[in-house]
Parts: sequence; structure tokens; C-alpha cells
Amino acid sequence: MSGPRVLRCADSGLLVELDDLPAVQALHAALRADTPPGVVDLVPAARTLLLALDPERADPDAVERAVREARPGERGGGEGGLLRVPVVYDGADLAAVAELTGLTERDVVREHTGSTWTVAFGGFAPGFGYLTGGSPKLAVPRRGESRTRVPAGAVGLAGEFSGVYPRESPGGWQLIGRTDLEVWRTDREPPALLRPGVRVRFEEVS
Amino acid sequence: MIEVVAPGPLATVQDLGRPGHAGIGVGVSGAADRGALRLANRLVGNPEGAAGIETTFGGLVLRPERDVTVAVTGADGPITVDGRAEPVNTVLRVRAGALLRLGTPARGLRGYVAVRGGIAVEPVLGSRATDVLSGLGPPRLAAGTRLPVGPAPREFPVIDQAPVRARDGQLVLDVVPGPRADWFTDYALAALLGAEFEVSAEIDRVGMRLDGPELTRCRDDELPSEGMALGSLQVPPSGRPTLFLADHPVTGGYPVIAVLLAAEVDRAAQARPGQRIRFRRTER
Repeated sequence: MSGPRVLRCADSGLLVELDDLPAVQALHAALRADTPPGVVDLVPAARTLLLALDPERADPDAVERAVREARPGERGGGEGGLLRVPVVYDGADLAAVAELTGLTERDVVREHTGSTWTVAFGGFAPGFGYLTGGSPKLAVPRRGESRTRVPAGAVGLAGEFSGVYPRESPGGWQLIGRTDLEVWRTDREPPALLRPGVRVRFEEVS
Repeated sequence: MIEVVAPGPLATVQDLGRPGHAGIGVGVSGAADRGALRLANRLVGNPEGAAGIETTFGGLVLRPERDVTVAVTGADGPITVDGRAEPVNTVLRVRAGALLRLGTPARGLRGYVAVRGGIAVEPVLGSRATDVLSGLGPPRLAAGTRLPVGPAPREFPVIDQAPVRARDGQLVLDVVPGPRADWFTDYALAALLGAEFEVSAEIDRVGMRLDGPELTRCRDDELPSEGMALGSLQVPPSGRPTLFLADHPVTGGYPVIAVLLAAEVDRAAQARPGQRIRFRRTER
């Protein structure tokens, strides 16, 4: 093994391909703690970590060496604390999710609240976190057609992920509930409650 | 305060953006032509990253409420101060109540107005830039918007005029094969580097869609979403590439065939609908 595959994005980025999400999270945590000079942003995703470079300051060869020499810890997640998210499970797609998974609606709620999720990465919209590590029984495809308007606080499922819509937006995830928790506020520090590494417990409220 | 009398097709406040927040889904944003904003700021003695106004296709009319020093850079078009013609890339004094007017540019797309002291709207996550994709930063400028101006910096303008090479209609942009170049056929790579593309009408601060030969893939599996670098040429299933500009999404799910050198993104951001583009391979 010669380590991860590192792909160049001209002089403004290095895309590091990793085996799986835990490897992405571990490298992300290691590089966040010790960021090579000239790296201005880190973009974790499902299988990759993009290092955005300042082309005037970064030496891509030196940054690539730093990536290969980084010593990711055992786990990247977990250092972000635990967030409790109160949810009313009355989402428009709850029945569809039950049908897709072969569970009852009550079982869907039990599976969703029964394990600790971890924010793997952001994307899609400011404050939107892709939560992983939940029950594998809840893996469902996106809706066939995207909704033009999903309200802020909607709690959804797609693929292996769960998420909370930070504000009203279009969206194609299967909606199972809603929360009053404001996961995104720009007048708060930090503005996003769902940051990579934060662990999440969903709790049912009526 | 400076009053926006007319915004033109699109005018926004821009600085050099808000790097460092990609993990929570926030892109960098900032001026589409960063070099032009930097130059405008240098001309009036501001720090390069001070906030200014980015226009699209001119049409901007401003009226300062006190005497101000300004510079207009980027797209090359007619400028008047109370009806008197003034050149781009120069230091201009605009009296209180006078009208500064940016006409439709003859060359280029985006103009930049720097005001000595900078536009001092409230920053969001450390930046005053309007990100049209994520909705962060101040709203796009409208007739009647009043913009605060910050205190003048200690530096003074040191030159009256900056020499800027005129842009012509031909645009040749240097690219490096992208992280997913191997997802495309040899034909697609040859077409990207050999054929001419035309800037379509679908352009905004997020990106510009290009018309030209269809860039065909050699594999059709799903790419898990991954981080997108500024200047990426992303190719959706239609085969028509989109060149990502300042407000591009943080991540994307379509493969990137090539990436522009960072310095070329500024030039690309000045391309107008109908303009022709060629891509030239470079090894940087």
C-alpha cells in the first residue's frame, strides 16, 4: 500500500480518496488539528477529503507529503460532543419509509431514536449535516421526485444518512419528522450545531 | 452612506469570501473576479480584501451622501460622474450627491466599485460577501439600498491609474485534467482540449454552462458526492460542462473532467453569453 490516492485539482485543490467514511473522518480530524500551510479549507465527503489550497501560498507537493505523513487517530468522530434533537415523528413520508423498510411506523421511530448518529460531513446547504452510524434498517432511497419546499426543521432519511433541514429549501429526502431545534443560526457561534464529529441522539417528543 | 439608485441586472457586495467553513456546508463565495476587486481596493488605498460592489452587465447607479474616493475595475465600460465621462482603473472623486453611473460594458461582464474605507455592512461568518447559492451575506442590492462606508484606512492612493491589458473576444483558458478525467472517453478529453465552446445564457455567480461537443463518459456508475474545487469543469449526464465560479456548491455528485488554474478563474468570470472559449492543457 502506498497510502491514499491523491488527485490534483489544478493549483487549487487536492482530492484524497480513502477507503471508507471512518478513514475520511480520521484524516479530516488529523488535518484539522495540524493543517499544512496554504490549505484554506477541508471538505470531507463520503469517500474523499478535498483540501482547498491558496495557490499563492500552498506547495501542492509539500501538502501531498503532509497528507501521506498524517497519522490519523483510531476514530475521527466523537470529539464534537453529544447533541440531543427532540423530534415529533409525523413526517409526510413516515408511512412510505415503513413500507420501504418493512417496518411498522413505530419501529421506524424506535430505530431512529435507538442509536447514536455522527455528523460525517456537511454540504447541500449551510448547516446541513450528513448523519451516519444509525440503524442500517433505515436505509431508504431518496424520493422519486424532489419537493420544491421542505420546511426548516424537517428530519429526513436518504441512503445510509439522516439529516435535519436547516432552513426552508427544496429537498428529496424522505421526511419522517420535525424538530424545533434551530440547527443553523448565523448570529450564534458556532452557527451550525451539526458539525463534522458531533454525535446526535434523536428523542421523540409528542 | 452610499445610496444605490439603480442596481442594474445584478449587483452584490463582495469581498474575498469566507474560507474555512466547508465542513458545515458553507462555500467561500466572494468576488467572481478576485483580481479585479483587489486592484480596485489597491487603487483607493484599501486592504485588498475590503468589501466592494460587484456589478453584472453594468447598469449600476450610486449616489454617495458624502464626498468619497472610488475606483471602478473589471469589465470595461462607460463610467460617468454627474454625466462627465471617466475611465476605468483610475482613482475617482465623487462629491456628495453626485451620480456615479456604470454603463453596459463593451468588454467583460463584471465590474467592481471599491470605495475608500470599504463597504461596511455587517459581516456573516467573517465575510461581507453575498453568496447567491447559500443565501448568506447581505441581500442583492436594490434601488434605495443604503450602504455604510467604513473609516478611511491609513494608506493613501499611490497611483492615479492602473495599466490593465485590454480583453479581446477570444478566451483561451489553461486547464489541468481533473480528478475524474479517467471517467471520460478519450474522445471527450480530446474534444475538451480541441474544440471551441460557447458560453450559454445559463450563467450566474455559481457557474457557467458551456455549449459545445458532448463530453461523453466511459463509466456510468454513480459518483459519491465529493468536494469541488473552484474552477472545476463538472460534467452532468447531459455532457454539457459547467464551470464552477465563486458561489459553486461545496460538494457535487458529477465527475470533474478538468480544473482551471486559479488565475484563469478571474478571466473566465468575465466571459459573456455567446463568447467563445478554448481550453488549453497545461502541466502548471
